[in-house]
Amino acid sequence: MSRQTNRGTESKKMSSELFTLTYGALVTQLCKDYENDEDVNKQLDKMGYNIGVRLIEDFLARSNVGRCHDFRETADVIAKVAFKMYLGITPGITNWSPAGDEFSLILENNPLVDFVELPDNHSSLIYSNLLCGVLRGALEMVQMAVEAKFVQDTLKGDGVTEIRMRFIRRIEDNLPAGEE
Amino acid sequence: MADAVLFEFLHTEMVAELWAQDPDPDPGPGVSAGPGGGGGGGWGGQKMSLSVLEGMGFRVGQAMAERLPRETLAFREELDVLKFLCKDLWVAVFQKQMDSLRTNHQGTYVLQDNSFPLLIRMSSGLQYLEEAPKFLAFTCGILRGALSTLGIKSLVTASVAALPACKFQVVIQRC
Repeated sequence: MSRQTNRGTESKKMSSELFTLTYGALVTQLCKDYENDEDVNKQLDKMGYNIGVRLIEDFLARSNVGRCHDFRETADVIAKVAFKMYLGITPGITNWSPAGDEFSLILENNPLVDFVELPDNHSSLIYSNLLCGVLRGALEMVQMAVEAKFVQDTLKGDGVTEIRMRFIRRIEDNLPAGEE
Repeated sequence: MADAVLFEFLHTEMVAELWAQDPDPDPGPGVSAGPGGGGGGGWGGQKMSLSVLEGMGFRVGQAMAERLPRETLAFREELDVLKFLCKDLWVAVFQKQMDSLRTNHQGTYVLQDNSFPLLIRMSSGLQYLEEAPKFLAFTCGILRGALSTLGIKSLVTASVAALPACKFQVVIQRC
């Protein structure tokens, strides 16, 4: 697809609102379709995973980053390249575990939650859980099994939004999931 | 500022998800009833999903138009509103303008996009013609929602003759 020249910041701004608004409509619809927050969280994670396994191709094509040699490099690429490219923010990387297999992404502001308030009856909803699925799916395609989960959320009154990333193992074989 | 490609990916996944939820004609207890629900035979489920997608698009289109600066909303004529949709809204959502706008000057408009971005990734021609409506429902909603905010009640439908070209038909509803 040919890339259109930039038509100015207002167009880009509406474009970014489009994603935020669409995501909000999706979460609202899922809350109607599923009876409890846990199921919505799982669904968001699954959808995020499906997006992530395809988004990684777009990312690799556009970012020109080479293979990461360790989890620290991966963290840098996620925060400084991927988040910047797709969401226009650069999360901070903190709280490395001594073994170097866990770190936190700190998002001062989360574009997904612009204009969003969680109603009282959805206290277990992880509104932005799609992001965790995206991270998990994308990294799986580059041979890394990881766990991503929200440990702080501004929607729930925390000062920042924090995603904890944990490296589980390297995926050695190239067979698609489900095949032996 | 979210990259435009995120919307495409999210939209594709939403179509897949909302379709998977409704394999049979009978709506389950958790599915909200839309205007298309209650249809006979095996098409009840399909209509349900299309109307859910369209409803989501409606809310998004409504909200997007609400955020426009005041001066943008001062349209002199109905045709100006449609031109705005074809140019500014389409660029904001799809990074391109609508390819053509026709009207009978009696409240019906046909907006044609010769390479609709949400259909581009599917192969061109007639192969996925049956699948195409699922990928148009949300966008029909965006148009109807934006029109609603701009004070115009409408009915928006879409048709595909051959991918990736499609037409959106806007029929103004007069009270």
